[in-house]
Amino acid sequence: MDLYRAHVLVCGGTGCSSSGSAKLIERFEEQIAANGLDKEVKVVRTGCFGLCEAGPVVIIYPEGTFYSRVKVEDVDEIVTEHLLKGRKVQHLVYVDHKTHESSVQKSLAEIGFYKKQQRVALRNCGVIDPENIDEYIAFDGYQALGKALTEMTPEQVIDEILKSGLRGRGGAGFPTGKKWQFARASQAEHKYFVCNADEGDPGAFMDRSLLEGDPHAILEAMAIGGYAIGADEGWIYVRAEYPIAVKRLEKAIEQARDYGLLGKNIFGTDFSFDIHIRLGAGAFVCGEETALMASIEGRRGEPRPKPPFPAVKGLFESPTNINNVETLGNVAQIILKGADWFRSIGTEKSTGTKVFALGGKINNTGLVEVPMGVPLRTIIEDIGGGIPNGKKFKAVQTGGPSGGCIPASLLDIPVEYDTLTSVGAMMGSGGMIVLDEDNCMVDIARFFLDFTVDESCGKCTPCRIGTRRMLEILERITEGKGQEGDIEKLENLAENIKNSALCGLGQTAPNPVLSTIKFFRDEYEAHIKEKRCPAHHCQALLNYVITDKCRGCTLCARKCPVQAITGNVKEKHVIDTQKCIKCGQCMANCKFGAIIKD
Amino acid sequence: MPDNKEKYAQLQEAIAKHKGERGAVMPVLQEAMNIFGYVPQDVQEMIADGLGTTLSEVYGVSTFYSQFSLEPKGEHVIGVCLGTACYVKGSQKVLDKLSEELKIEVGRTTKDGKFTLNATRCLGACGLAPVMMIGDEVYGRLTPDQVPEILAKY
Repeated sequence: MDLYRAHVLVCGGTGCSSSGSAKLIERFEEQIAANGLDKEVKVVRTGCFGLCEAGPVVIIYPEGTFYSRVKVEDVDEIVTEHLLKGRKVQHLVYVDHKTHESSVQKSLAEIGFYKKQQRVALRNCGVIDPENIDEYIAFDGYQALGKALTEMTPEQVIDEILKSGLRGRGGAGFPTGKKWQFARASQAEHKYFVCNADEGDPGAFMDRSLLEGDPHAILEAMAIGGYAIGADEGWIYVRAEYPIAVKRLEKAIEQARDYGLLGKNIFGTDFSFDIHIRLGAGAFVCGEETALMASIEGRRGEPRPKPPFPAVKGLFESPTNINNVETLGNVAQIILKGADWFRSIGTEKSTGTKVFALGGKINNTGLVEVPMGVPLRTIIEDIGGGIPNGKKFKAVQTGGPSGGCIPASLLDIPVEYDTLTSVGAMMGSGGMIVLDEDNCMVDIARFFLDFTVDESCGKCTPCRIGTRRMLEILERITEGKGQEGDIEKLENLAENIKNSALCGLGQTAPNPVLSTIKFFRDEYEAHIKEKRCPAHHCQALLNYVITDKCRGCTLCARKCPVQAITGNVKEKHVIDTQKCIKCGQCMANCKFGAIIKD
Repeated sequence: MPDNKEKYAQLQEAIAKHKGERGAVMPVLQEAMNIFGYVPQDVQEMIADGLGTTLSEVYGVSTFYSQFSLEPKGEHVIGVCLGTACYVKGSQKVLDKLSEELKIEVGRTTKDGKFTLNATRCLGACGLAPVMMIGDEVYGRLTPDQVPEILAKY
């Protein structure tokens, strides 16, 4: 292996790729060669570093210098200054949003965003080249598989996972060891081990980053799981919208086969296991396990009642175990370091870490991995760096379309499965969308219902028709046509749908509505009774008002498409609220900031 | 671009490659999408015949998943992300502006066949919200005012 004095790590995750990191790599390689450094400096395209807000991100080792929002034009300067002369390029170094401190003197681990994180599932993301199996092996890769196959019985493997307390990271939090136990207990000629990579929750992209940044970790975990339950075939069901992840998985499977880590008689034992990929085609419901299996079988992705559970009768009628990507990301580490090590992280009932995708109105958008049980406030304020533009925090939405909104008053709750469920939210897959004072909670509920109505497969009536009725009520409330009794109607429908829908999608669809009613009932009431949107978001409930800042320039009157604005030149103008269609053109065009929403 | 005859030959190849495989309908439909850009009825009939299944079976699958289109798409497909992170940062306004500029409703194609406007699910580039894609090109941190300028590039 060649030795290099410096490594330039360029993020090749989806966020940074979207903002042009591939061109950075090209330019770095050109410039490094042009300066005769190609024997001394290596450029590596890694997986996601997590801090997508600062992308495209470049990290240079051994110093661990963190350059953010790097453009192609900046590359020459980094090469000649940093790599050739050893001087950090000050103006490109990442600056902390919260403290306004430059990270020139700091290494990665000391930056506010990373300080309170602990990486287990994402340990290799942003560290290794995901397309090179040797780098994975150099970081203890496939050692856990070797240990499981040569030193442990399948029962011992399951026992270790059970003892670790690992729970499903995809939503419901079912104990992984138990699932494996059930699948092991089923007697059959064939069994399947399936990885659910149909990450459909809007705003959650940890599975994608893990697949893109460390694909071998998932393959290794599937092989370990396959050995534990007695499966000989694995399937990965991955969203077609994730082309980079698919490409890296395909490459990883090929490499693992070449090395004999997948295929016949792995590690010289009589255990044989191979993995196939199946692409999704854009249906959210396929994240539900029975729908996912129907889709792999080439049918419409409609769920079916359970039992029989997949562990008894699953894919192609055979016993099947299904785990989510992030769950699998922990497996090899548990086998290698032991259940006790894993239990030492997190809380009694929620062991280990959890990855969250921070997004929305927050300074540091990106992926964070924290020990279970940290206060929500730590994630939002310390790691997330607070709310941009001096706005006020209003709520954080967790669990996507199945979850709920947590208000500011509950910011100190620990983040773990049971606590989140008890406040009407949900761990879900780990999307965390921060909302500020400008976001209307009724509209957020409407947004999620719109999503579930669109994604409902239509098989069962409560979900197909019930969610549509709920959406209609929410739409009329946000349009200013809400009626007395609408809130109660929503609650009533919600209870019935929760109790009677066929699958998880329908059963949890009302959650965003229920939790916003629970914590923000006054906003619903303001819409219905006072025809007012407190967040000034709902277009139909807004009134545009001209303040005393008006200089009488007449621009707004000329821009108004319905001639609702009157006034003389150099005098304050007035908007006729009866005529106004609330298009906002006046406010957008006013040069003096004289028009406000009321 | 390959002509039609060549496209049908490619489809037959794809069918032959997956024939006998369990659950072959989806991968074949996916290949057909890549070849034709959409899956008209005659293509679905060929797939049904080739895989030894019925048209109703294939049609059931092709209409269930949002990725399969039964109508041809425009030269440039615009997808505005309406995932949660983009939505709370105002992607609806970007979508409205595009709809206004192109004079088409969401889901439709312009008369000249140049643009198709879609609202998409989360693209996973939440750090760049609000985001849209035109073809393979990603545009992030958008405001509605940038729309005319971006469209002018095409």
